[in-house]
Amino acid sequence: MPGITREEVAHLARLARLELKAEELDHFAGQLDDIIGAVARVSEVADQDVPPTSHPLPLTNVMRADEVRPSLTPEQALSGAPAQEQQRFKVPQILGED
Amino acid sequence: MTATTTPELVSYEDALATYDPVMGLEVHVELGTKTKMFCGCSTELKQDANTQTCPTCLGLPGALPVVNEIGVESAIKIGLALHCEIAEWCRFARKNYFYPDMPKNFQTSQYDEPIAFNGYLDVQLEDGEVFRVEIERAHMEEDTGKSTHVGGATGRIHGASHSLLDYNRAGIPLIEIVTKPIVGAGERAPEVAKAYVAELRELIKALGVSEARMEQGQMRCDVNLSLRPHGQEKFGTRSETKNVNSLRSVERAARFEIQRHAAVLGAGGTIIQETRHFHEDDGSTTSGRVKEEAEDYRYFPEPDLVPVAPSREWVEALRATLPELPLAQRNRLREEWGVSAHDMQSILNAGAIGPIVATINAGADAVSARKWWMGELARNANEQGVDLGSLPITPEHVARVSALVTAGELNDKLARQVIDGVLKGEGTPDEVVDKRGLKVVSDEGALNAAVEEAIAGNPAIADKIRGGKVAAVGALVGAVMKATRGQADAARVKELILEQLGVEG
Repeated sequence: MPGITREEVAHLARLARLELKAEELDHFAGQLDDIIGAVARVSEVADQDVPPTSHPLPLTNVMRADEVRPSLTPEQALSGAPAQEQQRFKVPQILGED
Repeated sequence: MTATTTPELVSYEDALATYDPVMGLEVHVELGTKTKMFCGCSTELKQDANTQTCPTCLGLPGALPVVNEIGVESAIKIGLALHCEIAEWCRFARKNYFYPDMPKNFQTSQYDEPIAFNGYLDVQLEDGEVFRVEIERAHMEEDTGKSTHVGGATGRIHGASHSLLDYNRAGIPLIEIVTKPIVGAGERAPEVAKAYVAELRELIKALGVSEARMEQGQMRCDVNLSLRPHGQEKFGTRSETKNVNSLRSVERAARFEIQRHAAVLGAGGTIIQETRHFHEDDGSTTSGRVKEEAEDYRYFPEPDLVPVAPSREWVEALRATLPELPLAQRNRLREEWGVSAHDMQSILNAGAIGPIVATINAGADAVSARKWWMGELARNANEQGVDLGSLPITPEHVARVSALVTAGELNDKLARQVIDGVLKGEGTPDEVVDKRGLKVVSDEGALNAAVEEAIAGNPAIADKIRGGKVAAVGALVGAVMKATRGQADAARVKELILEQLGVEG
């Protein structure tokens, strides 16, 4: 049953490199609880005879021949990037590594 | 160079006297497919950033990945060669994490349903002892993009103001091969680690699924290591040294971690489960990040890809294509060539097995094939600091040179010049022979004339030989060789001299 603790929220925040204030931890704990509660209702209808589904189509082995297709130009690839430098995607400082 | 403080270490012998090392090795192999794992972008790595991307490998909304058939085939081949079972049905999974080296914010990998599992690889140590390394799994995944950190010291993340991403490499097929805990290696653990990675590299190359060049990052190893006191069943806490990229470094990293763990444990401390960075310059490791737990990655089945269910017919057809495994091949060749275990190890270390076998297949005899690759060519590769395989000469070329020597058209000295010409890009052996005019003078008329001249020019020596001192013939052979600029067959010259002097050889 629900019961997301503020420690769990703090852990998730660390993984996401988000800095949350103490009151935000409580706030999000409640919200996450509601979301999980809503999703958990699915398990009320899914009985033993309903196998977990990861794909809606009963297909397997959809594969592609190893043949090169044209790529985007660097201009096209970078056209949606908020920032770029030296033909590369520019991202803010990366935290929590090294 | 790097301002890392090396922690106090316990001597290797003392560490082993108290503790038993347990290792786990994770090796990533970049496959040699033409295209990425889930899209048709080329895998030929260009310097020019972001020239090999598409909506799929950039993770743009609505783009759908499709699995590369050769990627799956390669994974199955690797699994079979490692004596693994091949899954009848398996899925890809999303490994979620917050790091911009994957633009999708997750890496497509496999989690609890790897395509291959439960195998082993026998590795041979320097003294010939065979150690069996059990394989936990081999699974399919994709490589990440390349980040450049700007503004910090020496290109590291720490202190950087921002980072730049090139996604050319993102999506290139990787196979991750994970061992079961390697126990019982004792003091030989670092040697076993090195021998395992070396054997795996040979296997991957023999399968033809990757060139497995460690110096180019096509094969990378993570070394997990923990210590437990002798007699204790439970494993200790492990550290994970990431991206150890040479055979020698694998051995050094394992050795260093054994000494470091022993120092920490011996002082009453605890080992933190973390990733560590290996430093080539002094062989040390330094703390990286605290390791995420598997659950932190929130793995879930990849909804955009359908399961892979290799038919047993396909698996058996692939099994039938497997080449002889490298260790078995080495043992067979050792017998066939009549070389010692030590010589075979040198041939292996030089990367010469493949070229020698190919040269023999191209028609050369084993002795001369070995002589060229382990002599002249190995020396040349060493001088240039490249692999034998990267030299601009083919086994067919070497076989041709060998054939010319056998036919008496080249002597050893001339053959070396032909090899030199081929290496310098002057063409095929026959072209070099033509261009440089390197042919043994086999025209008997010309040779006889040179012999006559040599006899006439050295009457005293000629008399000695006539008088029975056949050993003196060497001086006349030398004179003829000089006159023909080394292009005569010395044995034939000797015969002709003795013939002209009327002396039995």
